Amino acid sequence: MTSLSRKLVRELWHLKGQVFSIALVVAVGIMSVMTMRGSYDSLVRTQQIYYQDTGFADIWAPLRRAPESLRERLANIPGVSGVDTRVSFLTTLDLPDLEMPAQGLFVSLPSRARPRINDIVLKAGRYLDPDESSEVLISEKFATARALRPGDALTAVINGQLTELDIVGIAISPEHAYSVPPGSLYPDDKRYGVIWMGRDSLGPVYDMDGAFNEAMFTLEPQASEAAVLAAIDRLLDPYGGLGAYVRSDQMSHQIMQAELDQNRIMGTAFPIVFLGVAAFLLNLVLGRLIATQRGEIGVLKAFGYHDREVGTHYLLFAMAAVVLGAIPGAAFGIWLGQGYVRLYGQYFNFPHLQYQPSLTLLIGALSISVMAAALGALAAVRRAARLPPAEAMRAEPPALFRAGWLERSGLAEFAPSSVRMILRNVQRKPMQSVFSSVGVALSTAILVMGLSMLDSIRFMMDLQFNVIQREDLMLVFDEFLDAEVLRDLENIDGVTRVEPYRSVPARLRNEHLREKVSLQGLAPDARLRRLVAGSGQVQPVPDAGLVLSATLAKKLRVAPGDYLSVEVLEGRRVQRSVLVSGVVTDFMGTSGSMSLNRLHALVQGPEMVSGAFLAVEDQALNRVNRYLKGLPAIASVTSPKSMYDSFQKQMDDSLYIGIAFLIAFASVIAIGVIYNGARISLSERGREMASLRVMGFRRREAVILLLGEQAVITVIAIPVGWFIGYWLAFGVASSIGSDAYRLPFVVGPASFIWSAVATCGAAVFSGFLIRHRLNRLDLVEVLKTRE
Amino acid sequence: MLHKPDIEVMKDRTQAEEVVLRGRQLTKIYDMGEVRVQALKQVDIDLHTGELLILLGASGSGKSTLLNIIGGLDVPSSGTLSYLDLQLETLDTDGLTEYRRRHVGFVFQFYNLIPSLTARENVALVTDIASDPMPASLALELVGLSERLDHFPAQLSGGEQQRVAIARAIAKRPDILLCDEPTGALDSETGKRVLAVLEQVNRETGTTTAIITHNATIGALGDTVLHMSSGEIVDRISNETRASVESLDW
Ligand SMILES: Nc1ncnc2c1ncn2[C@@H]1O[C@H](COP(=O)(O)OP(=O)(O)OP(=O)(O)O)[C@@H](O)[C@H]1O
Ligand SMILES: [Mg+2]
Repeated sequence: MTSLSRKLVRELWHLKGQVFSIALVVAVGIMSVMTMRGSYDSLVRTQQIYYQDTGFADIWAPLRRAPESLRERLANIPGVSGVDTRVSFLTTLDLPDLEMPAQGLFVSLPSRARPRINDIVLKAGRYLDPDESSEVLISEKFATARALRPGDALTAVINGQLTELDIVGIAISPEHAYSVPPGSLYPDDKRYGVIWMGRDSLGPVYDMDGAFNEAMFTLEPQASEAAVLAAIDRLLDPYGGLGAYVRSDQMSHQIMQAELDQNRIMGTAFPIVFLGVAAFLLNLVLGRLIATQRGEIGVLKAFGYHDREVGTHYLLFAMAAVVLGAIPGAAFGIWLGQGYVRLYGQYFNFPHLQYQPSLTLLIGALSISVMAAALGALAAVRRAARLPPAEAMRAEPPALFRAGWLERSGLAEFAPSSVRMILRNVQRKPMQSVFSSVGVALSTAILVMGLSMLDSIRFMMDLQFNVIQREDLMLVFDEFLDAEVLRDLENIDGVTRVEPYRSVPARLRNEHLREKVSLQGLAPDARLRRLVAGSGQVQPVPDAGLVLSATLAKKLRVAPGDYLSVEVLEGRRVQRSVLVSGVVTDFMGTSGSMSLNRLHALVQGPEMVSGAFLAVEDQALNRVNRYLKGLPAIASVTSPKSMYDSFQKQMDDSLYIGIAFLIAFASVIAIGVIYNGARISLSERGREMASLRVMGFRRREAVILLLGEQAVITVIAIPVGWFIGYWLAFGVASSIGSDAYRLPFVVGPASFIWSAVATCGAAVFSGFLIRHRLNRLDLVEVLKTRE
Repeated sequence: MLHKPDIEVMKDRTQAEEVVLRGRQLTKIYDMGEVRVQALKQVDIDLHTGELLILLGASGSGKSTLLNIIGGLDVPSSGTLSYLDLQLETLDTDGLTEYRRRHVGFVFQFYNLIPSLTARENVALVTDIASDPMPASLALELVGLSERLDHFPAQLSGGEQQRVAIARAIAKRPDILLCDEPTGALDSETGKRVLAVLEQVNRETGTTTAIITHNATIGALGDTVLHMSSGEIVDRISNETRASVESLDW
């Protein structure tokens, strides 16, 4: 080992606290790349393979009923490369131990072959036997939640008939990778499952022999989605087409994609913040190291060490910190990534879902952090390399203190001398103070951003379940029923209120812009389910016209007062121009709402309802549920409370762990910045501190003078961090989300307070570390050495 | 570039009067915007093989400036400077570094040891990059520090630290040893010990040596004594015989 490398090793050890704190910042940066980008890459790769293997469709087209003969014409649409048809229905399952009826989505599979589009992957058991009409496959999540295995039986209400089914296999499908009951955002695997059944058996039961109610398409690479969609709709309209939609509107894909985007964004933003802070800290620490080692640099050069040798020597300090952080950071990131992907596996059901970060990613992450460190070190290292040897022999000129704003403002006269010393030190190094403040502010900002995501989710859930969905039960009828049925429901013992609703598929058009939507008809005097804006304000259901979700209005480029062309996709398929009377900012789904009577008038024909909202006395809930379970006319019963419960479960599972990590990461930054800042002050002002102590200052007083500077930086940083965090949260809220849900932008006061508390905590902790060093400060030693 | 063997020849004691280093009309002007300081005014200087040169003068007279230029730490604003056949004023930074690396040893007033390295390692720092160094322990033995090899600078007295610095400078067997106030930070007894070491090294190894000092009595020690004032050499004395360190009255 050369003497120069020995110097490096010894000094790294001497500066271990600082090196360690910087290494930690680097480690978190690398870790976030490996975890988030690594998961993103793994998920995308798995997703692509899965989609390819199963022939995941590009377009879905639900309809009432069309003869199989139509298939040929669908296949001839220019741009379409493949067509498949099937029969699918949502129905009630009779599960023994559940008070509430569960729902099953029945999907047909070709009896004699595997489908070419939207195939399934068998996880256990076998494929359907074409000769056994009662055989079904069930979705894996549902099977796991209900402890069902091949060989078990299952009872369902098919077309009003209680039917006994035999489970022969467990399967998964990319269409249900994220499997949620209709109308919900959260999985409810105990009460919702997908059931695949042979087309030959399922079709006849639903009067779909030789017919289908859903078509699926794959597209040629250059096909125009919009053109194909329009052509499909044109062909299917006469058969009760309910509006074709593309992959990006497919629920499971959409939610998956939103998650992936989030990972991609975070997996980019996080490392930028952390590696940026690491670069700043390296600049700070190396700058100071080089300033204190001017004489040593001079000696090295006087004895003939080349500039580049000296430069490399200092650059290696930076590299050591990077390597020290990068290796455990990458290892921890890989470990965390595995857990992260496993967590994803609980919500997204993929075959062979495995965290497999590529070597390229690892090398990329390492080189980016090396580059960031080099960038941070560059200025300081160049200074060392450029320092003329004769110049280096001279002591550093005394720090320049000038009368600054403090004096000019006249505030100085009132401030005690200790405060004056602190403030002058802050303003003596304005750039360093600004950067340090920004660093600490970033730590606060990360917390504000993270906590605000929690706030947003809580707000959304509170709004959804306490303000919007105030019913105890939501019923979906098997088919449209007339208002008679409401009276029957009202007569059920324990039901205190019944409100009908009607849901009608429709296509909204503004010139060339078209959106498929489900029009909601609500009773004007409704109390259980109302029109609620994102702010929580209840919006009255207008006498006339349509109230649109803000996202929908934006997509269609309409504002209140404009007219839209509405095509009803059922019954007489009326087309009419309708006034947009309002726009609501809402967070779940997209909808168009109008008064029930207006909707009846729009659709024409008999006044039917699609379901009802029920208020039920608490103690009667189980009894009512049991009763409803036995009614064949009811396709599904959902309870907002059980949705809320499954949401809460997800919160508990992952979000709090997430928050704990977030606080740890933010603290790494805050401690890194504050500790290094204080260490540098200590090195710059060790003599001053020692002199003060010699003059009789107490330790505590000396500490306050030293740490005061860091306290000022922290105090300035917190509001700046709030500001940055507020806008970061805004950015996140507006970039995350899809048609299925959007994140409201909410930052609760508690988030501001907690982020400040955590930052102050990190600052105080750094102070303790420094105080420990200051207490050990050897007065004689410091005063003996020359300046 | 220079080759070490040629210099070995030059070092031959029989050619004691050979001029190793020749400076002519050396000027140095520090231009600091409004103020221009002329630190050297057309100085002529010769250093002979094996010579011990003492440089005297008041503070600010330009001693360090001259020594730094001779040692290739700094460049003259004008004038010529040659080391044997090598024109120093024409060299760029790398050339000067190479010159220092091969031929020059420095001792500074404030020792400038690397605090994180032991005495032996501080010496090794220089021998690492020398082509024909003596072992670090030998250099330290020459300055009487064989007992202190593994002490860190903070564990050594000022005089001991300065002797480590001298060991560091001589370990590479430099052709020219330049000392800027080597005793400046030391008491007279320790100062004498340090001077004795420098004198002994000069005598025994024949290393051309230049020593800056404020102390006129030290002049008696050298072959030649130069007095500087306001950037000029105002007096040049050649001593017939060099006084011994013990005889100095200080
Ligand atoms: N880097 C510099 N910039 C400006 N002026 C300088 C610089 N270095 C030296 N000087 C000036 O040049 C003159 C000569 O300086 P020099 O260091 O050579 O003096 P010296 O004889 O070594 O003094 P001392 O005995 O105090 O060390 C002084 O007036 C000094 O102020
Ligand atoms: Mg000087």
